[in-house]
Amino acid sequence: MSKASKLIYFFIFLVTILGIVPWLIEISGRWDYYYTLTSVALLSIASSGVWLTFYIGRINIGQGAYALAGGYVVAILVTKYDVSFWLSVPIAGLFCSFVSMLIGASILRLRGVYFAMITLVLTEVAKLTAMSLPITNGAKGISSIALPGELSIFGISIIPDFSTLANVKLAFYYVAVILMIFVFAGMYRLVNSRIGHLCRSLQQNEELASSIGVNITILRIIAYSISSFLGGIGGAIFISISQSVYPTTFQVADSINFMLNVFVGGMGYVFGPMIGTLFIYFGWDLLFTTGKYQLLIYSSIIIALILVLPNGLLSLRIFNKSNKREAK
Amino acid sequence: MEQVLTNGVYLGAQYALIALGLTLIFALMNVLNFAHGQMYVLGGFVTYTVYGRFEMPFVVAILASAVTLAILGAFVEKFLFRPVLKNSEREESSMLLAAGLAFFLDAVILLLFGEKQRGVPKIIDGVMNWDFLIIMPYDRILIGVLAITFIVTFILFMQYSKPGRAMRALAQDKVAAQLMGVNVTRYSMLGFALGAMLAGIAGGLLVSIVGVNSGIGGPISIKAFMMVMIGGAGVISGAIAGGFILGMLESIGLTVLVAYGDMTYLLIFVSLMIFLSIRPQGLMGKPWG
Repeated sequence: MSKASKLIYFFIFLVTILGIVPWLIEISGRWDYYYTLTSVALLSIASSGVWLTFYIGRINIGQGAYALAGGYVVAILVTKYDVSFWLSVPIAGLFCSFVSMLIGASILRLRGVYFAMITLVLTEVAKLTAMSLPITNGAKGISSIALPGELSIFGISIIPDFSTLANVKLAFYYVAVILMIFVFAGMYRLVNSRIGHLCRSLQQNEELASSIGVNITILRIIAYSISSFLGGIGGAIFISISQSVYPTTFQVADSINFMLNVFVGGMGYVFGPMIGTLFIYFGWDLLFTTGKYQLLIYSSIIIALILVLPNGLLSLRIFNKSNKREAK
Repeated sequence: MEQVLTNGVYLGAQYALIALGLTLIFALMNVLNFAHGQMYVLGGFVTYTVYGRFEMPFVVAILASAVTLAILGAFVEKFLFRPVLKNSEREESSMLLAAGLAFFLDAVILLLFGEKQRGVPKIIDGVMNWDFLIIMPYDRILIGVLAITFIVTFILFMQYSKPGRAMRALAQDKVAAQLMGVNVTRYSMLGFALGAMLAGIAGGLLVSIVGVNSGIGGPISIKAFMMVMIGGAGVISGAIAGGFILGMLESIGLTVLVAYGDMTYLLIFVSLMIFLSIRPQGLMGKPWG
């Protein structure tokens, strides 16, 4: 695909999510879709982190742990220390990537199901830590977190105070979607850079990669810490929408869902997590009308997808023309 | 102290039974069965229905659990895991299928049995009291002994019967076993059925002590993963060791740290992570599964 047509696609995408979608919501009056779409954007940021660990050949079921940690960091900074929301989100991300470097140094030596199992355990550890530490307020969690305040540089306000806005949902929607665009653009750049190619060599054969001089230890830790950073900021913004965080906000089921998002979208495609999250989260929401059969239908669809489309939604023919070469 | 140790052995026997099924499935097919906890819950509910509702003998109920889960396991292997393992090149697919299956079984259990906590009447009444050092209800002793009996039977089956030998050969080296004329498809199916059956038996046994409810599947799976990681994935002796170690740790931890509650599990998790960073393959596992 040529550079020009890539740009055109990108432009169409921007117009759709920044202009057409809010307009459609406006005329249809379904304001609740803002919340759904914001969640999709934030969860897809966290899922893209999981995707990156898949990319280096590790099955990561521990993203819930970092999303929860990021959420708690923001909650504590905003409620206890009065730090601005816009500053505490990157702090949350950095905190998560620092923690993941410490943990990753030892657990990234594990492979295959061993790594999968230990990351699953990690999610449980995060929940229990949140329950038992005094600063996280135990099972009661932290609630009534203030809305994001004003962001200004040299006295010029860039983002207004959220509590003065008439439509907070729309504001969160824009924040989440713009962040998502940056994350996926960055991810696309990363995958097509030298580091991305090295990561792909890890996925195929670590011994071989290391034998031709790739420093696999450092590379694994870098990829894992970027992944956790994304999990952290995704979780951080997610909890400021509901303005509360509990140890059960992100748990094992959420970690598994992050993994499913990546898979349903397609593990071989950078934009897979975005499509996957949209499909899974919206599908789950739409199935709400089926009442008690919701989980049954949802899980049947997932099993059917795994049987029919083992390479994810983006491997469908209609997507192939536009996305395949772009992502690979 | 004696009390704590006895509790540990009793818990460990239950846990080992759960971990055995998980590790068997893993050894044969390299599949991490996320739905193991849900299979355990299903076994519990079958026993609850047969023993608690229809008031048939407990032995019949356990048999019903075992047969139901074995059939379920065989079907799951034949219609879900076999095609996925055949068609997909990445090992993640089978894991995702297992996760999907876990959600599916959760939904089925919820629809069939509701969300209430269910218990059954005691099998035997009375409490054994040995000099006030060890106090233990008789039904717990019975369940513990039954669990150990099942474990021993399973080991004997794996060690001396023809299917058992075939499955061990498969676990060691699939290609070599196939070259020696072992029917891989048949024994994979048998292994999966057997693994699911063990989960069902464990669920059936424990329903008489702790009851069962539809939400405990996930936590049980996590515990089973931990036991398998402690002992080493895919190794039968490892699963048994892992089960007893976890049972003992829990029993000791809950007594010593009784004031802190959740601290026990946190400490177990953290020490597990430290242990695995020193010895990634667990106590008895082969490196990289």
